[in-house]
Amino acid sequence: MSMTILRPGLLTSIQDLGRVGFQKYGVIVSGAMDCYALRVANILVGNGEGEAALELTLAGPTLKVEQDLLIAITGGDLAPTIDKLPIPLWKPVYVRKGSVLQFGPCRSGCRAYLAVAGGLCVEEVMGSASTYLRAGIGGYHGRALEADDVLRFRAPSEQALQLIEQLVKSSDERFSTTTWSVTTEFAIPDEKINTIRVTLGSHYEQFAEESRNAFFDQVFKVTPQSDRMGYKLSGDPLTRTDAFEMISEAVTLGTIQVPSNGQPIILLADRQTTGGYPRIGQVVTVDLSLLAQMKPGEQIQFKEVSMQKAEALYLSRENDLQELRAGVTLKMTTE
Amino acid sequence: MKNGIFVPKFGMKKSGEKMSLMEEKEHVDFTIHPLGDRAIMVTFGTSIDVTIHRKVKTFANYLETHPIEGMIEYVPAFTSVTVYYDPFSVLQLKKQPSLEKTETAYEIMYSKIKQVVLGLENSMEDTKKEVDIPVCYGGEFGPDLEFVAKNNNLTTDEVIHIHSGGDYLVYMIGFAPGFPYLGGMSEQIAAPRRADPRMKIAKGSVGIAGKQTGVYTIGSPGGWQIIGRTPLELFRPSENPPSLLQSGDVIRFKPISLKEFTAYKGDSQ
Repeated sequence: MSMTILRPGLLTSIQDLGRVGFQKYGVIVSGAMDCYALRVANILVGNGEGEAALELTLAGPTLKVEQDLLIAITGGDLAPTIDKLPIPLWKPVYVRKGSVLQFGPCRSGCRAYLAVAGGLCVEEVMGSASTYLRAGIGGYHGRALEADDVLRFRAPSEQALQLIEQLVKSSDERFSTTTWSVTTEFAIPDEKINTIRVTLGSHYEQFAEESRNAFFDQVFKVTPQSDRMGYKLSGDPLTRTDAFEMISEAVTLGTIQVPSNGQPIILLADRQTTGGYPRIGQVVTVDLSLLAQMKPGEQIQFKEVSMQKAEALYLSRENDLQELRAGVTLKMTTE
Repeated sequence: MKNGIFVPKFGMKKSGEKMSLMEEKEHVDFTIHPLGDRAIMVTFGTSIDVTIHRKVKTFANYLETHPIEGMIEYVPAFTSVTVYYDPFSVLQLKKQPSLEKTETAYEIMYSKIKQVVLGLENSMEDTKKEVDIPVCYGGEFGPDLEFVAKNNNLTTDEVIHIHSGGDYLVYMIGFAPGFPYLGGMSEQIAAPRRADPRMKIAKGSVGIAGKQTGVYTIGSPGGWQIIGRTPLELFRPSENPPSLLQSGDVIRFKPISLKEFTAYKGDSQ
């Protein structure tokens, strides 16, 4: 069960839901930028939701399929093809030995996830397969994928095997897919202004009144200095009334901090565990997917929601995912 | 204190509520804030000092030995401890009689944490670990040692003597894996950050930035004045814990020669 990388793409790395439990030792969480897309990809191939998958960025890789495999691609549309024929996103696809899986130009979003039934066979470091690029640990020898790397996969789950049985019967083409697909809440950023919901940060009140208003009223642009660590935004600078030095404390996924130049930074998957800049806001968990799919140049406007609302949105999204999982399992095992 | 006095507010615009336990001889002042929709931060003060550090450490030790249900992990810092939680698991606790009036996972965590912190006794058990960090000062490993000396009208030997002469308290681990934020450096050897940060600083580099000293645990860019290098691995990804040092440890720097550096294989203890 394997695939060989022919061309690695811009930044292709192995990620799961992150390395948790070691932040007190300064070990960053890492993990997929768009955890929602990763979880759905895994569900579609009968894996546990947190299995390791490939995260592809803007320009995807080219891979040689060395064995018949059940795959699913979710997230941004990086124009996937099998032997030059387009294949669908958000569906299980059974691909045949010898075919070439190639990604084209990015049509929408920024990051796609490629999950394979059974999951990637990689050694976990501190309980996670996620690649921690700066420390050179996890994933594929602690680095992004390169040409000639060989990815191995474990045996598919029982329900994946049942689906494969259906798909083998249905076609003898290079690939085959299901008649059903999942309807998701997946939001793709567009050229207009993308609304990102936030709760107020602990230091919101320390900002000057016009900056507090400007935080919500103005439109910020995602700058090219944005990566897995965080998105640097540009807009009218935000200033604090009382600019005393901060003492470093924990920061988290979606924390919006404002360094002395007044330009906000949204911390993402590869953020440091602690930070010393004032926190003006915090992106709600359910909007992190949309953010992860945004590209430099795209525009953001923040909208305030209460903590209660943020938590309710989170719980509702989790319920939807469990329903989606139940629905897919039913399709896999009964059709 | 009765239950239910401190009702958490959502969308709080103020800087949280201040609480204190008057019954105790030593006040335990603290504030509780949300950090997003899946984490909560308890802050014990606003300055970097040993008294506040002890409170942080006492609470962190409690969490280590008595994890709150639904807690994923916790992160101690200079003055605060942040608890990350899974809202789904936390909401299971609503079945408990004392929590049936709560509505959200945040309220439950708030109530649980408040209860724990109010019950904490500031008994500082001496669990600290003492660690010697061998350092080869100057030369190729410490390109900025001369600068630090000149900046303070000292000789390089005096800088080494002062840097290796004191005890340093590990206030917290952060910035990079296993990276200790240290307290206790003499202001006699303070030095500003480099105006032009280096693109790559080697793992093990020992540096000074302002009144702080620290050790780079992985190779990274950085603006600290580099005065030496340790052969000791502070970040050990295949071990548990993966960090040699932990919050609350006490360290000392021990000068070694280049020869000793090259021959170094051992551990600190």
